[in-house]
Amino acid sequence: MKALGRFLPTPTLSLVLLVVWLLMVRSIAPGQVLLGLILAVGIPLLTQGFWEPLPRVKHPLKLAMFVLVVLWDIVKANIHVSLLILLPRREPHPGFVEYPLQVTDRLAVTLLANTITMTPGTVSTNIRLDGSSLLIHVLDLDDELALIREIHERYERPLKEIFEC
Amino acid sequence: MTFYVIAEGVIAFLLIAGGVFAFTGSLGMLQFKDFFTRLHGPTKGTTLGIGSILVASMLYFTITQRELHVQELLITLFLFITAPVTGHMLAKTGLHMHLRFTTGTRGSVPEFRDEDVGQSRVARPARAKHPWKYRKQKRSRMFR
Repeated sequence: MKALGRFLPTPTLSLVLLVVWLLMVRSIAPGQVLLGLILAVGIPLLTQGFWEPLPRVKHPLKLAMFVLVVLWDIVKANIHVSLLILLPRREPHPGFVEYPLQVTDRLAVTLLANTITMTPGTVSTNIRLDGSSLLIHVLDLDDELALIREIHERYERPLKEIFEC
Repeated sequence: MTFYVIAEGVIAFLLIAGGVFAFTGSLGMLQFKDFFTRLHGPTKGTTLGIGSILVASMLYFTITQRELHVQELLITLFLFITAPVTGHMLAKTGLHMHLRFTTGTRGSVPEFRDEDVGQSRVARPARAKHPWKYRKQKRSRMFR
């Protein structure tokens, strides 16, 4: 198990690299699988120095649920924004909101910021370097506190549960 | 036979929906008034637009060539990783350059007054000179 840990420091990354390679060459011939395996072992070993220790995913099932919720929200956000663009009944009220962060892990913060950008009417614009809050630009701002509560309930709490941080 | 008719309908629907979403995303660039609201169109509309076109492509080639085509998933993956990061960097640059936003934008933005460097804040003038206009003035003076 120790030897395996030395050659495969990040097993998930290796698996993703192998799958990406096989998808790119579009075949599962033995030669390609071998080349993919060599890449999947070699690249993490070469780039090991750049990686911070990543947090472990504690609940894969909750992660899958989170991905599904986000995908559904992306569809909803698109319809919402498209309607605002195509049928402008009134001028939207844009605004900046400061969102207090509770997750501290850097991967979780990155995931949260990406999720906010992809979903209903919000773009994350700036992360305070001390990691205490996130500045969000909202396309159509009605109630600041309701928005903060919704982001917390829908995205941040599941992320917190997934990584347990 | 009916299977092909249904599949054709689904693929056509996905293609049209994708085109409409990508188009409205780009239209948002034209319609909105300031830099930050303009960001909303491309970060969202294009993601779903291109996503549904890719799903249509996967379905079409899987059905017509009778083998699994999933390499479009790679494009989706890279798109979902890169689009929010690009949006974030653009917005951050906009804050950094003190771009104007429409009147009626709510919320105070400390970034427009202070520079966000670590935990200590560096004082900054309230309104910086506009970088492009400033450059144009300089150039015209040179030619005169």
